[in-house]
Amino acid sequence: MLFIKCPYCGIRSQNEFAYGGDATVKRPELNKEISDKEWDDFVYNRKSPRGKHLEFWHHISGCRQWFKVHRDTATHEIFKTLKPHEEL
Amino acid sequence: MTQEFRLKDEGLIDRSKKISFKFNGKKYFGYEGDTLASALIANGVHLVGRSFKYHRPRGFYGAGVDDPYALVQLIRNNETIPNIKATEQELFEGLEAKSVNCWPNVNFDIGGINNFLRIFLPAGFYYKTFMWPKSFWYRIYEPFIRKAAGFGVVTHEHDKERYEHKYEYCDLLVTGSGPSGLASAYSAAKNGAKVILAEDKPRFGGSLLTSEVTIGNQTGKEWADKIVTELKEMPNVVVKNRAQVFGYYDHNMLVMSERISEHMPKTEKFMPKQKLWYIRAKEVVISSGSIERPIVFGNNDTPGIMLSSAAKEYMKVYGVLVGKKPLIFTNNDSAYETAIEFKKNGINPIVLDSRKELNSDLITEAKNLGIDIKFEHVVVNANGYRKVKSADITKISEDKTNLGKIENIACDCICVSGFWTPTIHLASQSGGKTKFNEDIDAFIPSQSKQNETTVGSANGIFNLNDTLKNSFEAGYELSKKITSKENKLSVPAVVEKKNSKHDKFWCVPLPKGKKYKRFLDFQNDVAVSDIELALREGYRSIEHVKRYTTLGMATDQGKTSNLNGLQLVSNIENKVVPEVGHTTFRPPYTPVSIGAIVGREVGKHSKPTRKSPMHSWHEKNNAVFVDAGLWLRPRYYKKGNETLFDASKREAENVRKNVGVCDVTTLGKIDVKGPDAAEFLNRVYTNAWLKLPVGKARYGVMLREDGIVMDDGTTTRVSENHYHMTTTTAQAANVLSHLEYYLQIVWPELNVNVVSTTEQWAGAAIAGPKSRDLLQKLFPETDCSNEGLPFMGFIETKLFGVYARIFRISFSGELAYEVNVESDNGNFMWEKIIELGEEFKIQPYGTEALSTLRIEMGHVAGSELDGRTTPFDSSLEGLLSKKKDFIGKRSLQKEAFISPDREKLVGVVPLDKKTSIPEGSYIVRDANAKLPNPKLGHVSASCWSVEYNNPFSLAIIKDGKNMIGQKLFALSPLKKKSIPVEIVSSHYVDPKGERVRS
Ligand SMILES: [Zn+2]
Repeated sequence: MLFIKCPYCGIRSQNEFAYGGDATVKRPELNKEISDKEWDDFVYNRKSPRGKHLEFWHHISGCRQWFKVHRDTATHEIFKTLKPHEEL
Repeated sequence: MTQEFRLKDEGLIDRSKKISFKFNGKKYFGYEGDTLASALIANGVHLVGRSFKYHRPRGFYGAGVDDPYALVQLIRNNETIPNIKATEQELFEGLEAKSVNCWPNVNFDIGGINNFLRIFLPAGFYYKTFMWPKSFWYRIYEPFIRKAAGFGVVTHEHDKERYEHKYEYCDLLVTGSGPSGLASAYSAAKNGAKVILAEDKPRFGGSLLTSEVTIGNQTGKEWADKIVTELKEMPNVVVKNRAQVFGYYDHNMLVMSERISEHMPKTEKFMPKQKLWYIRAKEVVISSGSIERPIVFGNNDTPGIMLSSAAKEYMKVYGVLVGKKPLIFTNNDSAYETAIEFKKNGINPIVLDSRKELNSDLITEAKNLGIDIKFEHVVVNANGYRKVKSADITKISEDKTNLGKIENIACDCICVSGFWTPTIHLASQSGGKTKFNEDIDAFIPSQSKQNETTVGSANGIFNLNDTLKNSFEAGYELSKKITSKENKLSVPAVVEKKNSKHDKFWCVPLPKGKKYKRFLDFQNDVAVSDIELALREGYRSIEHVKRYTTLGMATDQGKTSNLNGLQLVSNIENKVVPEVGHTTFRPPYTPVSIGAIVGREVGKHSKPTRKSPMHSWHEKNNAVFVDAGLWLRPRYYKKGNETLFDASKREAENVRKNVGVCDVTTLGKIDVKGPDAAEFLNRVYTNAWLKLPVGKARYGVMLREDGIVMDDGTTTRVSENHYHMTTTTAQAANVLSHLEYYLQIVWPELNVNVVSTTEQWAGAAIAGPKSRDLLQKLFPETDCSNEGLPFMGFIETKLFGVYARIFRISFSGELAYEVNVESDNGNFMWEKIIELGEEFKIQPYGTEALSTLRIEMGHVAGSELDGRTTPFDSSLEGLLSKKKDFIGKRSLQKEAFISPDREKLVGVVPLDKKTSIPEGSYIVRDANAKLPNPKLGHVSASCWSVEYNNPFSLAIIKDGKNMIGQKLFALSPLKKKSIPVEIVSSHYVDPKGERVRS
């Protein structure tokens, strides 16, 4: 079970969190004309890297904040956690 | 029966406490402090079971977790428990145990015939034989194998014991209380660290309990006792015996099972049987010790043959002789300790040492005691079926290939020592790398991945002096990192015997012309010949060899067999062991009770139960409840002998005719507040929200980004910047997370907050033509007329002094209102509604009637919005705004989403107006078409229409709009039904929606 540092609450066990997907994907702006490919890249197409991955987690049984986790998908090492608008 | 193999006064058992127990129906005696194994051996019982494949007689091979043989069925406090290790089970008064895997009994086992048929049972036998014919598998092979194989018998009774879970944090977790564990724990604890020390046995001290050493001015055992006593008194230390750390998981999470009550006749009141500890440790010291390795020779699985260290433990800890004519077969010095111990107890052992004559402290001591030692000698084969009777021994050449003249000597036990294998399971589970250490012919931990440090013999260090030095150092350094303290202890002086080098010898060759079975894996009956066969058949990867031969796959996980298996594979392949590599170590290190894993989360505690404030009223009024997620909701209110069908029909009819009331507390409720709330809703929902006036509700649909409908519900503008959103019961939690995601990540510029208020409100839906009359009675001061409170209107008011909200919304399609009061007032509201509704013939209705009402109105719910349907499919396209963007809108332009023959919501009526259509039925054109019959769609929900008094269903079918009026078939292969149907509009009742506005 992972040990995740919520940027707001500190280190808590994984069972308080929900995984929220790739954090490098940006939602296209509203009302913007975009191609099918751009939209598909946003909705469906994900890399599944073995190694470092920046992802969203939701502190669902805690402060209910979404935040970013920089994690190694193979070793589960967590390098850093960030608030949603902080960059690596 | 006398304990004729019990020594006079040696051992750590309490001879003043005699205990009676039963094994296979026969009564024996032992002492407090015995294990079942030691007590049986004291009584001369060595035959305890049968092996898995050949049903060969099984005795005791070890004295603890490493024993692969002695699994028994235990009867404790009227409960039967399978696969208990006799070497671990402590004796208690009245204990009863039985052999497993043998029929009719352990002395005459019919499956033993497999032993004589074993040439037909080679490696991969099951894969090869039972493959064909295919149809035989279920009917003949599988039931036969299941009956013949397997160990204990699982009870069909409910487990009445209690198992608990505990979460704990510590600076340092120490796994094992041998010298290395005690030293690390002590040195870290003295330096201020919060320490947990776990020992799987009842007694602390590990090898110190059986070794002849001096630490400081004390014996090893005295030193261990002193350290444990001191640790137990320290407030920063938790000391646990009978506690096995069996799994090492990510981020230094370890799991330990503590056996709290199994050593007692029954579990005390309010106590658990076992406790499962989830321990998050900053640092872990793995001091799990090492397990002696067997030497492989002919019929080396005969009862009476065991590890030399086990024989020593039986003598020194339990005061029990494993035999009176012992043969000791070794390739190293440590077996001499066993020989000396026998000698001290008046028994004359014979030692066979595979090495050339040499001298060391121990060998010299043995020689001085007059022990008969035969160097360059080996055991070729053991004789005896149920118990070893003699051994064929011979001289062996220095290169270990040539055997001399074979000689037979009588013996009643053979104590084997093939040197030591570090227990690296936890270190390997942690993700750390291992390396092969040539000096000890075994793997040891090398590069760590997590915060763990392996010390002592688990790290391949077999002398006490270095062990203590390294362990004191490790405890100090690790604790210093955490506590920043520098209280360093001095390492006590050690007196121990120096060992000479062991012989790299592990398997006795077969004499010419002999085909003795030489076993590697004692639990799964894997012999040398099986591995040879697997390699001949082309298996190369050790992982494949393991699976093909089942080497190391038994419940003991190859604790005694893995390394010898690897040695054999590397010999045949002409490789060195590290090239072959070892198989993966996986948790659990020892078997764990399922009950311990489940903990208290059984039955009603398997998940929380959510109840509405009106729950007790429902109970008192004969509600039959149904699970709705975690909620319990009334499904119907039973009157007399009514069936579900009768009751729900009565309730639904009453709504259509008079008035009904339904508990809708479970609906998800979310407060949406802030100056940008309207803009936010406008992005979340598919329809327009910017112009909704205060005091008005609106129905909305929200999509996922992939264009699939996520949820629907009404949202009401309570005040300028305050909206009250409702969601379906099932999606409430997901919708909240969804909203938070967009507010926190995608559109942080929106000044909006959301919070769940589901628990804050009790809700009652009042529906039916007489609902307005009832409402006016409930709220005499409030204008409840169609003008005062129009459709989709909202007012805040008082219900006899209690704050209330009235929403004029309808799920049933009737004139209807939803009244919300604060949860504490829910019961008051409900009782008032029932009381004042009496004159209007009010009846409560449950979810079944609610379903009927919504289905015949064509209102979609969870069975249509099933995570696969678009707004078009579920006939919600009228709610898609063309003017603004919203979540998921772009997906709706995709080709598949605008295809004209997409599935569409329709109504379905059976032609005979009688036969109900099972939910999940397929709609097809031709009931008798060749399979696979092309499917047009499926029936999502069915009811008995109370309006028309015939069955009615909703279905989602291809090109649904153009199918209306067509005669098709509903097929349910499961229910074996084929029903001719007509497709009609999904709005079966009141298609213009006039009632809700009346
Ligand atoms: Zn948090």
